[in-house]
Amino acid sequence: MRSCCDRMVAFVFALGLLLFAAANAQAGPYEDALPGFTEGSLSDTGEAIEKVVASSNPLAASLLEALQDARLLFSAEKKTVYIKTKDGKLLDASTGKPFTGTPPDDIDAVVVNNRLRNIISAALGGLTLISSNSDRRYEAAQAVFKSREQSALPALEQALAKETDARVKAALQQARAAVILADAKSSAADKIAAITVIRDRGDQDSLGLLDGLPPDLPAEVHAAIADARAKIQHTLAIWNAVQNAWYGLSLGSVLLLAAIGLAITFGVMGVINMAHGEMVMLGAYTTFVVQSLIRAYHPALFDYSLAIALPLAFLVSGAVGVAIERGIIRFLYGRPLETLLATWGLSLILQQAVRTIFGPTNKDVGNPSWMSGACDFGGITVTYNRLWIICFTLLVFVALLAMLRFTRLGLEMRAVTQNRAMAAAMGIRTARIDALTFGLGSGIAGIAGVALSQIDNVSPNLGQGYIIDSFMVVVFGGVGNLWGTLVGAFALGIANKFLEPFAGAVLGKIAILVLIILFIQKRPRGMFALKGRAVEA
Amino acid sequence: MDAFPLTRLIDRAAAIFLALLGAFAIAIPVLNLLVPAGSTLHVSTYLVALFGKYVCYGLLALSIDLIWGYAGILSLGHGAFFALGGYAMGMYLMRQIGTRGVYANPILPDFMVFLNWPELPVYWYGFQHFGYAALMIILVPGLLAFVFGWFAFRSRVTGVYLSIITQAMTYALMLGFFRNNFGFGGNNGLTDFKDILGFNVQAEATRNALLVISCIALALGFLICRAVVTSKFGKVLIAVRDAESRTRFLGYRVENYKLFVFMLSACMAGVAGALYVPQVGIINPSEFQPGNSIEAVIWVAVGGRGTLTGAVLGAFVVNYAKTYFTSGVLAPYWLFMLGGLFVAVTLLLPRGIVGTLKYGLDQRAARSAAAEEGVDMDVAPPSAAPHAAE
Repeated sequence: MRSCCDRMVAFVFALGLLLFAAANAQAGPYEDALPGFTEGSLSDTGEAIEKVVASSNPLAASLLEALQDARLLFSAEKKTVYIKTKDGKLLDASTGKPFTGTPPDDIDAVVVNNRLRNIISAALGGLTLISSNSDRRYEAAQAVFKSREQSALPALEQALAKETDARVKAALQQARAAVILADAKSSAADKIAAITVIRDRGDQDSLGLLDGLPPDLPAEVHAAIADARAKIQHTLAIWNAVQNAWYGLSLGSVLLLAAIGLAITFGVMGVINMAHGEMVMLGAYTTFVVQSLIRAYHPALFDYSLAIALPLAFLVSGAVGVAIERGIIRFLYGRPLETLLATWGLSLILQQAVRTIFGPTNKDVGNPSWMSGACDFGGITVTYNRLWIICFTLLVFVALLAMLRFTRLGLEMRAVTQNRAMAAAMGIRTARIDALTFGLGSGIAGIAGVALSQIDNVSPNLGQGYIIDSFMVVVFGGVGNLWGTLVGAFALGIANKFLEPFAGAVLGKIAILVLIILFIQKRPRGMFALKGRAVEA
Repeated sequence: MDAFPLTRLIDRAAAIFLALLGAFAIAIPVLNLLVPAGSTLHVSTYLVALFGKYVCYGLLALSIDLIWGYAGILSLGHGAFFALGGYAMGMYLMRQIGTRGVYANPILPDFMVFLNWPELPVYWYGFQHFGYAALMIILVPGLLAFVFGWFAFRSRVTGVYLSIITQAMTYALMLGFFRNNFGFGGNNGLTDFKDILGFNVQAEATRNALLVISCIALALGFLICRAVVTSKFGKVLIAVRDAESRTRFLGYRVENYKLFVFMLSACMAGVAGALYVPQVGIINPSEFQPGNSIEAVIWVAVGGRGTLTGAVLGAFVVNYAKTYFTSGVLAPYWLFMLGGLFVAVTLLLPRGIVGTLKYGLDQRAARSAAAEEGVDMDVAPPSAAPHAAE
């Protein structure tokens, strides 16, 4: 991925140079080097590469780029070299201008082997070190840091002298330090200074670099290495913990999103809805349908597809939820085990219905542009879709809390939950509230589906993957308490991610399940259990 | 002590059930082995294996009915005990393959050779002896049920909470058995069995023998269940089902009753699994899927919970329907059928087939008795439909 990215960068850069080069092409070391590519022998090609690099001709980068991709063509008979662009046009390598006329019959690609490829990529790195774009310089410096190519040192020194951007400067210094350390001839003092630079970089690559050093070094260098290693490991341990916590938060938000609707139907109403996962799935499929329609009729709206899908998913899942409550669950109140079986059957029907309509394969749901990509934050990488989902989850949670706390419907829901008979006596139509509450829980599952469609496969089995986890969260957090669900989801998410490095993903999950089972033994009503009369109601 | 013990143990329904089962166990092998293949009465070997599978499912359903119908414990993880019994049998069968495996290793099963395991793991020791394997078939599910039930029932985890953690249990086991380093063949499970007690598992005679043995196991399981539910112990169980707290306040150690019956049920499920494996020829982690366990519960619900005979009938009916629908053009609709069955049975037929029949018969008997004695028919009818667990 990275090298592909580098290549793209170098290519764009090279194209820019071509325009410049076209103006002042003249005979020089670059042109002299070109016939070397027409000899057909690897050693001649290698020499030609070195000459091209040394010429610092602006065409050098695009030529090397073409060589790397086997797009550099030559004619042995005419001793001419051509660059084939990515869209298939032929350029004259000596001038960089489009080649007109008929190409020679014996035209063929210049052959390179792995040794030459390494030289080429290092040389390309050196050439981009003096790019005008700071991001490209930064990437080139990182590439040198990884390759530790000795030949890049002069280019590095040059670039360092001119560099003004602090971030690129640090990267260049690190790259220089890496080259110095890899060079057996550099002095002990230089090496110790280089180790300090590497130590301050403090990531996994630095550790790898220090580990890879040859053992025959002076004692003081070894001491510096040991010291740097300890410091780096400490930094890494901290970043690792931060990373785990971040992944845990991310997983926790997914769990919370899936469980929050369940917290209402199971927690508040005491209804076991095994078809809850299918409500999530319906939400995800709503997103798919919305995106398909947008793609077909109005592609410009694609970035708003999720915003359009959210209310629709809420309505679709909510309507199905109300239908389920009116059609099935209403007859089964007070018989939780039968409710469980009936809703399980319902989940099978819904899955099969979706499978029949949309087919059993995964559906492609795209990320809008503002949700794709990632940024580096210290030692960790934060992807935007995960970040958005965490924010979105918290937003849904707060909105739901506010709804239960401040609206009339919320008040009536709480009243029915706490004391159904008394609520009915006060004139609340409990049957209507039941249906609305169930619809609300299902609708929230639907919007969870919109969010999950961004990070998970949209398939008929989407919901099944979440149902057991969601129940675990609700039961762990305490039934009938949304705060418990919040704490439960994040606690489980983070615990899961911290266990994974030791136990592996599957064993970590098993460990969590076993821990929850043990926890339920200890506190059968969850962390934040309701107290008083509401408990047995 | 109003009746002679044997007639109490085997009432009319039980007698009919045992007679039918006996007839089945005799008729199928006779029709398979003695009737020539061209005859319309001939039962193919495929069907023998299929019926053998159904009988094992019947035993599993029976074990679920014992705890759900009589003690109000809805286990959504009984498939785990079934699969554990199956794995114990599978391990014995794997050890019997010996040098006939692909890698011809006399000790290690093929998948261990394939994964470069240097030697047999300790927990595989002893499985070359049938007696040891048979012991494990009962012991392992029983032990798991003991540990699980001991924790669950003592801390009074009841109702749906118990259902959900039993489901989590089988889910966790499934995840575990899917792993290669658990030493149970990972994803592929255990298969390619050659022989059992020296008889070729593929042979017609062995298949018939396995069917008969399964029927005997089912009959024994049925008698054990009858003995439990007709005893005083069984009455306490029903009391626990209908009013757990009240039973506890009357001085019964509710958790001990539940624990015993849960373990008994797990052992029966283990035996069912063990008989199932040689007949289908494979055991893999998908048997642990929570869906399988829930499906087994619906067999009981269809047949009639708390009737024992109904559970077995339900297992036969539902699985026959499954075989019928999934093998034809109707295959895509089977899940609609199954899902609809869950909904319809809970809504429309809460007593199940046998329960409804029994209820109708009891009603008529009570009415005629009332007519004879001239008593007013306002007495509450005997309840065949158990209440919810809570």
